[in-house]
Amino acid sequence: MRKPRTFIERTIGSLSDGLNFAALADDSARSGGMLQRVDPRVKVAGMLAMIVSVAVTHSLIAIAGMLLIAVFFAVVSQISLLDLARWVWMPVLFFTGCIALPAIFITPGARVYGPITAQGLRTASYLLLRAETAVSLSALLVLSTRWAHILKALRVLRLPVVFVVILGMTYRYLFLILETALDMFESRESRTVGVLEGTDRRRLATATVGVLLSKSYHLSADVHLAMQSRGFRGEVYMLDDFTMRGIDWCWLFLFSAVAMTVVWVGR
Amino acid sequence: MFRVENVTFRYGSVVALDNVSLHIQEGKRSALLGANGSGKSTLLRMLDGLCFPDSGAISFRGDTIDSLSLEDDKFAFAFRRRVGLVFQNPDVQLFNPTVFDEVAFGPLQMRWLKAEIRERVETTLKTLEITHLKDRPPHRLSGGEKKRVAIASVLVLDPEVLLLDEPTAALDPRSQNQIIDLLIGWGEGKKTVITATHDLGLVEDIADDCFLLQSGTLVAHGAPAGILENQTLLRSSNLIHEHRHSHPALGIHTHPHTHRT
Repeated sequence: MRKPRTFIERTIGSLSDGLNFAALADDSARSGGMLQRVDPRVKVAGMLAMIVSVAVTHSLIAIAGMLLIAVFFAVVSQISLLDLARWVWMPVLFFTGCIALPAIFITPGARVYGPITAQGLRTASYLLLRAETAVSLSALLVLSTRWAHILKALRVLRLPVVFVVILGMTYRYLFLILETALDMFESRESRTVGVLEGTDRRRLATATVGVLLSKSYHLSADVHLAMQSRGFRGEVYMLDDFTMRGIDWCWLFLFSAVAMTVVWVGR
Repeated sequence: MFRVENVTFRYGSVVALDNVSLHIQEGKRSALLGANGSGKSTLLRMLDGLCFPDSGAISFRGDTIDSLSLEDDKFAFAFRRRVGLVFQNPDVQLFNPTVFDEVAFGPLQMRWLKAEIRERVETTLKTLEITHLKDRPPHRLSGGEKKRVAIASVLVLDPEVLLLDEPTAALDPRSQNQIIDLLIGWGEGKKTVITATHDLGLVEDIADDCFLLQSGTLVAHGAPAGILENQTLLRSSNLIHEHRHSHPALGIHTHPHTHRT
């Protein structure tokens, strides 16, 4: 029987999972599926419209229909349903379920079984389905679009360039910090025998946070110097290199039509 | 081209450079030699106008490089266009989402026309043989690839002076050779290249002129051959050491590790 994982092993596992998901998203965005071929700006605008429609509609059937559309998009975009279940559906089910579960019992209404009420079930279903659908659509965007393209496409929402650049740099250096943290925990594990006591675990965690904070501080100072060295004077500029094709306009129409239908059905 | 006159710089109470004076000539390839902590990187950063002396002065083609002069946009853009620095740690230099965006960053800051930027970036990527990496995010590059991208991000501006901080540090032998070959061939060998390194094996390939720093003080200046032959000086600067190794016939023995044949 496998021994229970130690604190260090669990932390290493979580850090590795984070890095693996990013690698999975990048590989998936580079595959030649249907959504991957759509202009990123259309995808950002279209997915946002669909998420908003899911949030405002009052029809469970319409939300369930949107979830089915998301599953269809995943299949035709060569995005593994198993990965979606592992990374999206199960965690959302767990976290939203924790919030939705009490509603089944405490919402007043007609009792269907013991303390469970029909209104409670309906409220919990809305919450769960809305969360699952909205997060599935967001995940589809991330898994079918390269991060660099998502960033540039955010400009279509009129986000300031400086915000987009900061977001990009945060994502970029998050990897470096994650890798550093992973190295630190692995080096600690190689020198640890047995199970750490609670106090030692807390000491290790706080020491790691402290070292990472210090490293991040020095890194940010050096990154700023590297930017200055190449002419950065406080203003940021980007190359926007997307062109809308006929097919992209068709996709934009399709996304908008789906979103409007969902709103209309659940008006 | 660069004049460094009586420069002193401290990090808090630690003296990084102590009354250093030197002159770097245009079109020459110079090496700043020294062990870790000798002040090479600090001096390179000063030559790039990223930090400034506590006392003394640095000038580039007669213009003083200080915080005041670099506040002037016109001067700053001209200086940044002419002088490029490749940092020791490529991760600090790769802050854009893709390799293409990274190489385009400098030209974008210089506000070149977008068509020209695209053309220059493509040419630079081709020169450094990294076109296949152009859509790759930096966290998915190897150490050697990161270094090449960092160099590309500076060379795209075609600077007159290239400052390199430990260009071959932590690279495998093949990547080291590729980078050395690239630096030797860059600008047909007519551009000014200043390399900070403690790798004596590189020096004769990449420098016509050497400056040896020891604990922030300039202790020697001259042609590579002269510096590399002065074993007493190199040993006192922690650049050579007693090398212990084993031969099948002789067993374990030691001798100075000098990089000279």
